[in-house]
Amino acid sequence: MNAPLMALRLRDVHVSLAGQEVLHGIDMSFVAGRWTSIVGPNGAGKSTLLKAMAGLLPVSGRIFLFDQALMAMDQKQRAQQLSWLGQNESASDDLRVWDVVMLGRMPHQDWLAAPSAHDHVVVETALQATQAWDWRERSIGQLSGGERQRVLLARAMAVQAQVMLMDEPLANLDPPHQVDWLEQVRCLTSQHTTVISVLHEVGMALHADDMVVMQAGHVVHQGACTDAATHRAVEAVFDKRIAIHSLDGQWVAVPKL
Amino acid sequence: MTAHGARWSPVWVALSLLVLSALGIALGSAVGSTGFESWLAAVHDHTAWQIVWDIRLPRSVGACAAGALLGLAGALAQGLFRNPLADPYLLGSASGASLGVAVALTLFGGNPFATEFLVRLGLTGAAFVGAVLAVLLTLLLARGVQHTLRLLLAGVIVGVVLGALASLITLMRPDVLQGMQGFLLGSTSFINWNACVLMLSVLLVCVVIAFALSRVLDALSLGESTALSLGLPLGPVRVALVCVLALATGTAVAQTGLVAFVGLAAPHLVRSLVKTKHNWMVLLSALMGGVLLLSADLLARMLLSPQEMPVGVLTAVLGGGYLLWLMYRSQTTRAAP
Repeated sequence: MNAPLMALRLRDVHVSLAGQEVLHGIDMSFVAGRWTSIVGPNGAGKSTLLKAMAGLLPVSGRIFLFDQALMAMDQKQRAQQLSWLGQNESASDDLRVWDVVMLGRMPHQDWLAAPSAHDHVVVETALQATQAWDWRERSIGQLSGGERQRVLLARAMAVQAQVMLMDEPLANLDPPHQVDWLEQVRCLTSQHTTVISVLHEVGMALHADDMVVMQAGHVVHQGACTDAATHRAVEAVFDKRIAIHSLDGQWVAVPKL
Repeated sequence: MTAHGARWSPVWVALSLLVLSALGIALGSAVGSTGFESWLAAVHDHTAWQIVWDIRLPRSVGACAAGALLGLAGALAQGLFRNPLADPYLLGSASGASLGVAVALTLFGGNPFATEFLVRLGLTGAAFVGAVLAVLLTLLLARGVQHTLRLLLAGVIVGVVLGALASLITLMRPDVLQGMQGFLLGSTSFINWNACVLMLSVLLVCVVIAFALSRVLDALSLGESTALSLGLPLGPVRVALVCVLALATGTAVAQTGLVAFVGLAAPHLVRSLVKTKHNWMVLLSALMGGVLLLSADLLARMLLSPQEMPVGVLTAVLGGGYLLWLMYRSQTTRAAP
């Protein structure tokens, strides 16, 4: 059997913020074409880990993106292969929705070149996928929090990167659009895109293929979302205050009162 | 859709602003203590020609150029710091320029309204050097341009400290007080053709660089991490933009003193007309700043004619009033969408 292709590999990664170490030696790999969700209590280092994997933080240790050292990569080349959607990204109110999503095409454009026909198609597809197409002429300041989040999601999708890192992508989304997001991620992974997302809602996170459970700057478990060992690890890091049950063929997390 | 929906195309706004500038400059050449007659007489009367060509025209063109520099700097500051309240004087350049002028006045005497070439050159030079040194000091205190908040704070600190030093000098040497006052209020009355050429050349350089780097400002509006994740060379571009900001502000301040609100109001006015990316934003803000200062200058010369008031007073009153109105309007439209 061939070894699976690894989209991201971390080897002994330490990250310090403001002089304090918040990630203590992370070693793990992400199989290409799968969706992994990262869960853990507040302050576990989930967002920091995601930022480190996006090359946005100075790290000690080694990170490989498809066998290339992330830190040594050309910035533009990295930006084409890896797309990042941050938490609470603030967009200035005056940019048009269309222009915001077009920013996602930047890694593929020359410095002063106008967007190509292909760029236009990609932007339109991304806007349609997140059902934000109707607002393309509006400025982003005119949108509600959830609508804005869908535009930013379209921006991240417009990069068409092989690896997508998303921090709390469901923030502000109402239930139907959360389900839409799940379907979009399924669609992305079916096209062999690797998706790694930090998710606060354990119930949503359980829909992923794999799960990374973090606590206090360590990865305490990595495994399939259907695996009972994963469920026990999640329950443990949340102090057994939640319980994971099966319901209609899906896994759900319920509060343990 | 509300007024936000009915937007103008940037090209039309640019053309309208250009036409307004041309009209303003033409009108400016016809306004003054000798009135419109000088304009008619200019063809055969040498003195009248001199009044129009050597005094009124360079003053109007210069007001336009200085306003454009401030408008451009304002758009850059607001994009760079992602703060709609940022203005060109943010990095301490204003207080630096005042300190420079205070020092020059103390050393050489005289006042900024003096027409002697050397005195003028000395004062504008001192203002420019002061402005640039203040920005360098801000950068030094902020340890570079990486940290936006630190840069803003350092700018405030430098502004307060240098401003206090300038006040201290005027307190110790009351004879420079009047000259300082003239500079602090801002005035377009001593712009000659040399100054115009200088300002227009700097403007051209700054607009070209700002235009070329504008896509980074677009990306920055999504936050620093996103801009970095898009593979942009954020560090070097930021340094370049801060340099352009300092150069444009320093040049304008050196020639016209501290003209208030143009740099802050011009980008806001543009945004109320068009929603556009930063490439148009920097161009239109420059044009808008030019029209603003030109009209303020015309008003300042006409309101109390044949006397005139410092243009900075007018820009402060008009610009402040406009921003208040804008704030009020945006609050009421948000409350009732």
